[in-house]
Amino acid sequence: MPNIQEIASRAQENAHKLGIQKFDIYGSIVDETNVQVDQGEAKQVKASNRSGVIVRVWNEDNTMGVTSTTDVDSSGLELALKTAYEASFFGVKEHVPDFSPEATAPLENQSSEKFPQAPVNQLIEKLVSAEKELLSAHPAIKGVPYNGLAQRDIDRFYLNSAGALRNESHSFASIYLYSKTEEENKRPRSAGAVKIDHSLATLDINGCIKEAAEKTISHLNYEKIESGKYQVVFSADAFLSLLGAFSNLFNAQNILDHQSLSKPEDLGKQIASPLISVEDDGLHQANIGADTFDDEGTPIRRISLIESGVLKSFLHSAGTAKRLNSQPTGNAGIGAKVSISPNFYHVFAAQSAQHELSLATAENVILIDELQALHAGVKSLQGSFSLPFDGWLVNKGIKTSIESATVAGDFLELLQSIIYVEKEVEFTPGGVCPRIWVNELSITGE
Amino acid sequence: MFFPEDCCSQQKIEIFMLTNTIIFSNQLPTLQYSSTSEQFDETWEAPLSILLGLGRAAGADFIEFFLERHNYISCLAEDDVITSISPSLATGAGVRVFRGKADCYVSTNNLTFIGLKAALEKGLAILGLQLPTANAFIPEINLEIFRDYASRRGKDSWLGLCSSIQEMGEVLLDSTGQLQKKVSHVQSRRANYFRDWQEVLVAGSDGTFARDIRLTQSVALNVLCADGANRVSIGDRTGNTSDANFLRTWDAEKSAATVGESAGKMLYADYVESGNYPIIMANHFGGVIFHEACGHLLETTQIERKTTPFADQKGQKIAHESLTAWDEGRSENAFGTIDMDDEGMPAQRTLLIEKGVLKNFLADRAGSLRTGHPRTGSGRRQNYTYAAASRMRNTYIATGEYSTQDLFASIDKGIYCKKMGGGSVGATGQFNFGVDEAYLIENGKITKPLKGAILIGEAKEIMNKVSMCSQDLELAPGFCGSVSGSIYTTVGQPHIKVDSITVGGR
Repeated sequence: MPNIQEIASRAQENAHKLGIQKFDIYGSIVDETNVQVDQGEAKQVKASNRSGVIVRVWNEDNTMGVTSTTDVDSSGLELALKTAYEASFFGVKEHVPDFSPEATAPLENQSSEKFPQAPVNQLIEKLVSAEKELLSAHPAIKGVPYNGLAQRDIDRFYLNSAGALRNESHSFASIYLYSKTEEENKRPRSAGAVKIDHSLATLDINGCIKEAAEKTISHLNYEKIESGKYQVVFSADAFLSLLGAFSNLFNAQNILDHQSLSKPEDLGKQIASPLISVEDDGLHQANIGADTFDDEGTPIRRISLIESGVLKSFLHSAGTAKRLNSQPTGNAGIGAKVSISPNFYHVFAAQSAQHELSLATAENVILIDELQALHAGVKSLQGSFSLPFDGWLVNKGIKTSIESATVAGDFLELLQSIIYVEKEVEFTPGGVCPRIWVNELSITGE
Repeated sequence: MFFPEDCCSQQKIEIFMLTNTIIFSNQLPTLQYSSTSEQFDETWEAPLSILLGLGRAAGADFIEFFLERHNYISCLAEDDVITSISPSLATGAGVRVFRGKADCYVSTNNLTFIGLKAALEKGLAILGLQLPTANAFIPEINLEIFRDYASRRGKDSWLGLCSSIQEMGEVLLDSTGQLQKKVSHVQSRRANYFRDWQEVLVAGSDGTFARDIRLTQSVALNVLCADGANRVSIGDRTGNTSDANFLRTWDAEKSAATVGESAGKMLYADYVESGNYPIIMANHFGGVIFHEACGHLLETTQIERKTTPFADQKGQKIAHESLTAWDEGRSENAFGTIDMDDEGMPAQRTLLIEKGVLKNFLADRAGSLRTGHPRTGSGRRQNYTYAAASRMRNTYIATGEYSTQDLFASIDKGIYCKKMGGGSVGATGQFNFGVDEAYLIENGKITKPLKGAILIGEAKEIMNKVSMCSQDLELAPGFCGSVSGSIYTTVGQPHIKVDSITVGGR
């Protein structure tokens, strides 16, 4: 793939040739390898080197068109610019996207560090060893059907015809291990863990094995749960996944499109318990390989979304910020219609609770470890959810795995029903969050 | 003519006779190929057959190249404005190399001879194989006569015949206008269309050399309605493969009316009371029950992972005797219909279950190699960045003997699942799916609308509880995500009765 300067130069040449005055380009190159194993042998190895750009072009009427392409040589860029130009005449005439006013603002803490990729045989060796160790953790663990060890280098850039030019590079390594048990006269059980870090050398493989093993073993002895209303404790993973499913609450584009549970005038409203605060903090140290700019070139920053239960701000692109008289927040995804998404949630206790709660002393609470079927059981525009989960019934510290159950409720009601936010947070690949206690939710046992 | 120094006369004669089909490894850097870049055709035979031969000479047991050109566009109308038109162009290739039962997959955007060779070399190196030494023979692979489904079936003209951007915009704006007329208490209206054109070329060291074009289109309507505290989001999707005129013949008014009817009923629905119920699942997208609860578990991918309870039950009864189910790629215009799979095999019609007895699994090349089940033309992938895996195509429960009235008459209290949302199945065989539109059944009659239901269960158990199948089979388009990415599939069934299932709710 050509380097950024070459792309910029080719883009300028082609734009000039086509008579295009205003354009921008977002692009990325990904180089990755991942391996999977099965019972001590390499099962599949995948390697790829892929590139792609998204080109936006504004025509003489100042309407905009877009094209994405994987062909970044001169002819590919020319075709992309031409196609985007043709599409621009069908673009919106109102609220036309524009360059971010912050596309040339200084970036905070930018580091573009890439780590050398380990050879494939080293990946296979480590994963085979991890699988072996997980299998030996308990005789009931008969397989690790879903596993993977991957490493990835990403180079990304943004440039526009007004002179903005940004680029950065990151490396990641990740491992996931999901085990499956078999015991006579018992249902198979499954649990897993995921870890991410900058490189294979620093990746906590042992931690992943330990977590997957502990969770799997804790689910071996299970019982049915009686349907009813229970006090529920969400793990960090579970709460973050639910928060992500209802992120339209903070999404300014969704709000403007009337596709959100929030309205513009809801800022300042108490939407959650005063015990909870939520930030979108893409630059958080726990966010491995954090991007420093969004797809419009806007610097990423920490945004307070909920402060002591009060809705403080929305996530903005350049366009929504203009419409709602705010600032872009570094959450934009480039496209024909600019999208908005959170970068990295940070959930924490806003204040000390009057009464601290503990799983060691609480009676008959449901501890939800992982929610499933979010794509099917969440009605994000209605605020309701009904989801299968993995978890335990906890009674004064004793955990009993739940055989099969669902949890249902309304997310806005859930936020108001938070009765305790634990002090200690957990760092997950998807965000930082403590365990969250909720007063009452409906549980249905199978 | 160049002969190695130690070549004897007999060998020289043989080499002379085979000159057209064998090269030496030291000739590789001098080879120049200029395959047609605008489409995949016979000009690709020479470079691919050499590369395949190179892979075999390096010691690989099987090599396959998958080349792809992709032209995609989506168009979104929100209320009365077109807010997004997104064209996307892509070319890429993947090479899969097998050594014994182990394989690796390397993908690239570089479709030049050098680029494909580099990808092959990377794959060979991953499996511990090296390119042949200098002066080694590299017999090219003799590929079959070019099997071009696209040309044979007149698909080359499809892209040019599809609706223009102008037409897309007009149709979608008309449809959101229809929603305004047919739906009450509307807060927002959306219409979303995509056209996905894909040209593929598969060449394998077993001689496979085939090309196809796929044209998949879909339009979805969605409304968000609100009346005080009552809110509902309802959608309807139509899809087609193979018809360039799809958008011109799509009935927007009918689709909007369907959405309007559902939204009107569900806006004031009560939350379902959780529990175990007999249920009737509607035809059409109700087929997602079989897709999630059983279909995935009949893919050889799951046998390899040991995540299916049916792995050793071929020939045994795994479902109620009223249940017969198929998976095929042949139904005209259905969303999962393909002439050939992504490994170049013609799509077969596969009988999965016959009167409750498991008859066949769905197998791709690797699945067949590792499990012994015959290939069924089920090797599918989202695009060139994925290796193919055994996946579903058009999957449905066959028509039964009962009338729909018989099904309802058999239930005192239960739930009618008229419209399903998505679902999934886990490593343990636990499945789930959401219900978008449901009604209470009381004494055989549909009574009040219900919302917030999710159905869960065990795959092994649920198929034995499908006790009645009606005669009104209908298919519905859907998207399936799995190990080889997101692909277009069809689900389907007649109305069916499930004797008992857990319904999660409030």
